[in-house]
Amino acid sequence: MNLEEKVREHINKIKEKDGKIKSFIEVWEEDSIKRAKELELKKEKGKLYGKIVAIKDNMLFEGKEITAGSKILKGHISSYTATAVKKMIDEDAIIIGRTNMDEFAMGSSNENSAYFPTRNPINTDYVPGGSSGGSAAAVAADFADISLGSDTGGSIRQPASFCGIYGLKPTYGTVSRYGLIAFASSLDQIGPFAKTIDDLKSAYDTIKGFDPNDSTTYKEMKEHSDKKLSDMSLGIIEFDEKGCDEAVIENFNKAIGELSKKTKKTVKIKMPHLKYAISSYYIVASSEASSNLARFDGIRYGRYEEGKDLESSYEKTRGKGFGTEVKRRIILGTYALSAGYYDEYYLKAQKIRALVKKDFDEAFKTADILIIPTTPTTAFKIGEKSENPLSMYLNDIFTVPVNLAGVCALSAPYGKDSKGLPCGVQIIADRFSEKYLFEAAKGLL
Amino acid sequence: MEFESVIGLEIHTQLKTQTKMFCSCKIVDSNSPANSSICPVCTAQPGALPKPNEKAVEMAIKIGHALNCSINKFSVFARKNYFYPDLPKGYQISQYELPICENGYIEISNKKIRIKRAHLEEDAGKSLHAIGSEKLEHTLVDFNRCGVPLVEIVSEADMRTPDEAYEYLTELKKLLRWIDVSNCDMEKGELRCDVNVSIREKGTEKFGTKVEIKNLNSFKAVKDALNYEIKRQTEAKLKGENIEHETRLWDASKGITVVMRTKEMANDYRYFPDPDLPPLNIEEEKIENIKKSLGKLPYQIKKEYVLKFGVKEEDIETITSSRYLNSYFEKILSFTSEKETIKNSLNIINTQVLGYINQQKIDEADIETKAPNPKFVFEIAKLLSANEVSSAGAKKLFEEAIKTNESPSILVEKLGLKQTNDLSEIEKFVKEAVELNKKAFEDFKNGNEKATGPIVGYVMKQSKGRANPKIVMDILKKL
Repeated sequence: MNLEEKVREHINKIKEKDGKIKSFIEVWEEDSIKRAKELELKKEKGKLYGKIVAIKDNMLFEGKEITAGSKILKGHISSYTATAVKKMIDEDAIIIGRTNMDEFAMGSSNENSAYFPTRNPINTDYVPGGSSGGSAAAVAADFADISLGSDTGGSIRQPASFCGIYGLKPTYGTVSRYGLIAFASSLDQIGPFAKTIDDLKSAYDTIKGFDPNDSTTYKEMKEHSDKKLSDMSLGIIEFDEKGCDEAVIENFNKAIGELSKKTKKTVKIKMPHLKYAISSYYIVASSEASSNLARFDGIRYGRYEEGKDLESSYEKTRGKGFGTEVKRRIILGTYALSAGYYDEYYLKAQKIRALVKKDFDEAFKTADILIIPTTPTTAFKIGEKSENPLSMYLNDIFTVPVNLAGVCALSAPYGKDSKGLPCGVQIIADRFSEKYLFEAAKGLL
Repeated sequence: MEFESVIGLEIHTQLKTQTKMFCSCKIVDSNSPANSSICPVCTAQPGALPKPNEKAVEMAIKIGHALNCSINKFSVFARKNYFYPDLPKGYQISQYELPICENGYIEISNKKIRIKRAHLEEDAGKSLHAIGSEKLEHTLVDFNRCGVPLVEIVSEADMRTPDEAYEYLTELKKLLRWIDVSNCDMEKGELRCDVNVSIREKGTEKFGTKVEIKNLNSFKAVKDALNYEIKRQTEAKLKGENIEHETRLWDASKGITVVMRTKEMANDYRYFPDPDLPPLNIEEEKIENIKKSLGKLPYQIKKEYVLKFGVKEEDIETITSSRYLNSYFEKILSFTSEKETIKNSLNIINTQVLGYINQQKIDEADIETKAPNPKFVFEIAKLLSANEVSSAGAKKLFEEAIKTNESPSILVEKLGLKQTNDLSEIEKFVKEAVELNKKAFEDFKNGNEKATGPIVGYVMKQSKGRANPKIVMDILKKL
């Protein structure tokens, strides 16, 4: 099968099945076919030659619409291409379309998309997770070989787990955020989804690297030397099993058994500050978001609603343009940064963040890799948690600490619950140790 | 009751970098077409990220050194959040808790004005609400200025009079221009000044309630606004009224300040460290190298000249006010170390050279190529020191030298301007003159110095102006 046929086959599959799943907001059919034809003629093939790639609707691709799942940006055309997307293209990937997401990446179910909820390809009554739910579903449904998502508090790993595929949250500062619509700058990181570890790894190898346009990317990345799984020590993070699905615990214990056999030794890891991570995360992320989203004022681009004066124009534009969850977080973040509350909230959250980071530093003194479930539960039903934001936030309990610490983590599919919904194991490694994650994930095959 | 005013200044100076603070857009002047130098970063397109301009950081360090500040090796960019159409990100990148420069001072009339801090930030765009007197239906925004690097310099409230504030501004502007970080043209907005002023009873320590004044477009406006505001506050105090903590605008046409916003209306800027920008980590070595590259600063040079050449401070004011004029003067110093000649050179510079520069409208930066040849100045000064030319002759020489581009040491002979110091020749003329003006000579002997007019006039006429008047007088005294 040549590339053009491959693209056509994928597009047909999308046409046939995505009406129900709704993983894509837009599919670039003509462009993908044209690109496939061009690539056919290429002699030197890139690392991702002919791989079909879907990108989350918060990564810019010049000339294409981008909305971050929000009505406030509806109709907005990217004026440049995100570094990570460009790197994928440079390695001969075919970008097939943009995927649905929770508005501005705020959410864990894709129900916060301003357009429509995406459904879990495994069982369409269930959510695919979020916020990169569209990207996860697209790979799970075989609409794409690889997809790109962004992970601020679990937005790659949680949907990967819910959809039964691999998802990687790289070390903070290894993948450029230039051209990624920011949610929380100090936590956001672009990462790949894939069905195989090889695809996951080649996607990561492609997008990583210093970018002069992103001052938070590292010039030098001190990668750890290669280490075989059998030479690694495995750390099992202690956590409260209350609130976790039985199947999640059962499969997790099986995974421990499997990895314990293959590693040098196993140690128990106590992380005393883990239980504060969620509180810290929602303050830090919302504070940054309240400022990052200030640029969406309708004046230079995006939706604009004229009011009787400047202030009412702002109110109308942002009031109508943003969804409930986004407004909730903007208000929360604005409050946390306000004079008189800054010390009590923002600063305190940053202190907790430093302690969480310290917990990880301590853990990596005795372990090369750490494991914990990706999520306390398997996928929930559409509508089940959408009325209760707090219970939705708690779904991030195991993923959030990784973003706070800036380390890397991977969600690997491992087992299913009684309803056939996938469970995921989260493997965590120190900064720049993504290689360990790939090794360990292979150990779970 | 007697009051004294307490004044502090906040100055914004636009740095002379080629490109903007956080993107590669060229800095263009205000005549450029609107929005002709913009990019995704400075117009806050989705996904765009800032990258700091290293040149701007270096200039901020220069400023810190010039203002005797300590330079923080570790400083943090912070976001100042507020909504306005000419602020595309909805926040300005500035520095808050850890600025790049802190705790400096500059000296004015032997008084130290402490500098609290100097920090880097980016400028906003320009909003156009009206064209001339015609109000626009919609406000237009030009983002060319958006993202241009600024350094904000905040003084302590160490000034006590509007004159001190004026002097502080003058000194600061001189320094900033000297170290070549800003042109400081207030009309172009390259230097902006807000003042804080309060009054208190003389002899008391506690500060009064301060009022901030904005919209000050010239040094004169600063002085006028301060004078007005001090008077207003004093009258209010005397009437037993409270001074409100507020921001006022200077209305230059009416010569008054008016309320812009009260404390209650003040913004909560919600400052927090910018997560898109890692803290600035500046190596000690870099800080030191920049210090070295600055060379001597005007106040240091001034002290040195006074000490070395015994010149008066006021005579070296101009040649230490600009590094271009200073290097012009230093050229002369490379020809001579003779004190008298140096003093004479200064005289020529302060009068004729500056006169020429002003008359020809020579730009400071062009002094090296377009100002009168410093060698000529030196030669004339040397002729003066040797009494070989009269001051009138020196003036003539200068003019001729510029006109002909011929060396004054040749011209002096050509034009017959060389003074004669030949005693016997002068004595002969003096004696003749005394014979012809006996009455005048007698008056002179009786103590009327002015009476020598006809005598000197005769000698000058006979010598064709070449007699050294000093020698003439010496001879007269001895007769």
